Amino acid sequence: MYRYDEIDQKLVDERVVQFRDQTKRFLAGKLSEDEFRALRLRNGLYIQRYAPMLRIAIPYGLLSTKQLRKLAQITDKYDRGYGHFSTRQNLQLNWPKLERVPDILAELATVQMHAIQTSGNSFRNITTDHFAGVAQDEIVDSFVWCEIIRQWSTFHPEFSYLPRKFKFAVNGAKSDRAAVAVHDIGLHAVKDAKGEVGFRVLVGGGLGRTPAIGFVIRDFLPWRHLLTYIEAILRVYNRYGRRDNIHKARIKILVKERGPEKFREEVDAEWAHLKDGAATLVPEEIARIEGRFTRPNYLRLPATDARFEAALATDRAFANWHKRNVHPHKKAGYAAVTLSLKKTGVPPGDVTVEQMEKIADLADRYSFGELRVSHEQNLIFADVQLSDLHLLWQDVRALGFATPNVGLLTNIICCPGGDFCSLANAKSIPVAEAIQQRFDDLDYLHDIGEIDVNISGCMNACGHHHVGHIGILGVDKSGEEWYQIEIGGNQGEIRPGRGASLGKVIGPSFARAEVPDVIEKLIECYLARRDSEAERFIDVVHRVGAEPFKESVYGNADQRAAHRRGQLASA
Amino acid sequence: MATLIKERRIVADSWHLLERGPKGELPEVPARGDVVVPLALWLERRDGLLSRAETGTLGVWLDANDGPEALAADVRSFPLIAVNFPKFGDGRGYSIARLLRERYGFKGELRAIGDVLHDHLFFMYQCGFDAFALREDQDPQEALSAFNTFSDGYQASVLRPVPLFRRRLVAGKS
Repeated sequence: MYRYDEIDQKLVDERVVQFRDQTKRFLAGKLSEDEFRALRLRNGLYIQRYAPMLRIAIPYGLLSTKQLRKLAQITDKYDRGYGHFSTRQNLQLNWPKLERVPDILAELATVQMHAIQTSGNSFRNITTDHFAGVAQDEIVDSFVWCEIIRQWSTFHPEFSYLPRKFKFAVNGAKSDRAAVAVHDIGLHAVKDAKGEVGFRVLVGGGLGRTPAIGFVIRDFLPWRHLLTYIEAILRVYNRYGRRDNIHKARIKILVKERGPEKFREEVDAEWAHLKDGAATLVPEEIARIEGRFTRPNYLRLPATDARFEAALATDRAFANWHKRNVHPHKKAGYAAVTLSLKKTGVPPGDVTVEQMEKIADLADRYSFGELRVSHEQNLIFADVQLSDLHLLWQDVRALGFATPNVGLLTNIICCPGGDFCSLANAKSIPVAEAIQQRFDDLDYLHDIGEIDVNISGCMNACGHHHVGHIGILGVDKSGEEWYQIEIGGNQGEIRPGRGASLGKVIGPSFARAEVPDVIEKLIECYLARRDSEAERFIDVVHRVGAEPFKESVYGNADQRAAHRRGQLASA
Repeated sequence: MATLIKERRIVADSWHLLERGPKGELPEVPARGDVVVPLALWLERRDGLLSRAETGTLGVWLDANDGPEALAADVRSFPLIAVNFPKFGDGRGYSIARLLRERYGFKGELRAIGDVLHDHLFFMYQCGFDAFALREDQDPQEALSAFNTFSDGYQASVLRPVPLFRRRLVAGKS
């Protein structure tokens, strides 16, 4: 955990005072709805379908158990007993009262937390690889860089009223587990021939209504120049990003309208003024930030553990869980563990107060009192001893978080959808549940292998449907809920050779009840065509193209044409 | 009349802001008085107006989509430059202010005009504005408290040209 110094703490405390005053003035009628809206949103406060929604920042997804217990307390005291972990690695509460929000923020500040810039047209919570600091393929510890950028972006006086929201991701390992290509800015750490750390900088990616893969504006940005270069990008965006149309205001539109080369020239021209200025980073600052992170006090352990190996050999359920939910660690004798929040029948990402408290107890016992929230809406214990895995598994299973489905079809990313969100066109949680019910056979799930199924309840794409290998989008057709299916999306280069891509719609949309059948047909089509178990669904889609999949769902081209003619005739 | 806050005090305002006419035509410049003219007018009649700027009775105002680059050569001639915020959520003026101060070295009064609200003063101040023509419905006394919202900031700004991390390092060494 990064530990605040006095100044970090003071700024967060001052934010609470500021928001308390703003809320007071709003309730006294001194601030209009519109003006207060812009202010409350940058404190994560939405007015939702049934009640306000408060989005609490979990910077780069890292949480201490002390913080989690506080979140549990807050959820219990101000909400209805459960919270929702989001794809931005935040926690959302769906029922707080507006006038109590300043009190919630004050409580958060006591554990070095806040809701700063979790919404609004601002620089949002930075996301990263949930295996930062422990991954075997680590290049840098991305938490350190996230914290540097967090500080730079917090209350930035020039960039607090951007044309639109701004999402930033940092990946510090060889595999991209942070989906850097679908962010307004994505950084991918690299080392040059001399071993110096730098970043490949991508800009203009994003999901939402106009999905786009970011373009590489710079192959290698030496780390010292990180802040001045970001400042140059943000300044070009702040000045020239469109403000006349909310749907064209993201940086990806500016990049598209200018053209990537022209955009790069403009950024470089701006950077020429800022480069080597006061914001140029120095090694002492990197060391200072690193030094403010608590580090697990690892034991020197052998690479294997006999008890663990024995349990693996004899306990099939444990072995299944291990296969999917336990991940390699850079320290010998340790592993990282995913607690799946994707149990069938529970909205993805939802956790009750009791569960939060129990998770905190487990993290204290097994993982140095820290945990992470992944953008796939699961929780991670990053530092578990191999010898503890079997015990931990039993404890986690008792809580309902041991569903061995990480990376599998039922590990669905899903937004809150029409059950909660006022933007949604359709419900998403019941769709996730119906799919999970259809694919409840674990052997079959393992046989299907790795696949991302992502569901969004509207084109704002909070469920990241564009980068699901199968993406499902809720659409509104004259007041009815329908679902469009995409295939071929990929969040990033998790496996070498398969970079980020956007899914393409396979055809006309479906009623909710039909969705599980469609998924099943797509899966059968995949299974019939794969070379081997190593070839994933997404690989087959890219190898054979979409046509066989369309055929499996809608019939062949002739049948589809006949169907369309029939529809036209009856219309 | 909008209340003017300058250097964190409520002060009287002698400046008249000249705006385009209803058909977009440029305004006439009165012979006397302190006037602030639109950028387009300045660019069209620069040579005739320069001496008036230099004697301290003519300023210029930029709209959010105007570029401060247009004033680069003349910036030191003006006693006052104003930047318009057409809507409080429009953040372009913050960049314009920093550029005028940091890149072009403007030392005169930098005034925020338009949709200038209590809750935006702090960041405007950090970006180099020192005068604020508050929107009419704002409570000027309450608004004065906005300058104390935060006791520090992480970034380099006009008000604090050295970013916090460098100041922390110096403090850490001493």
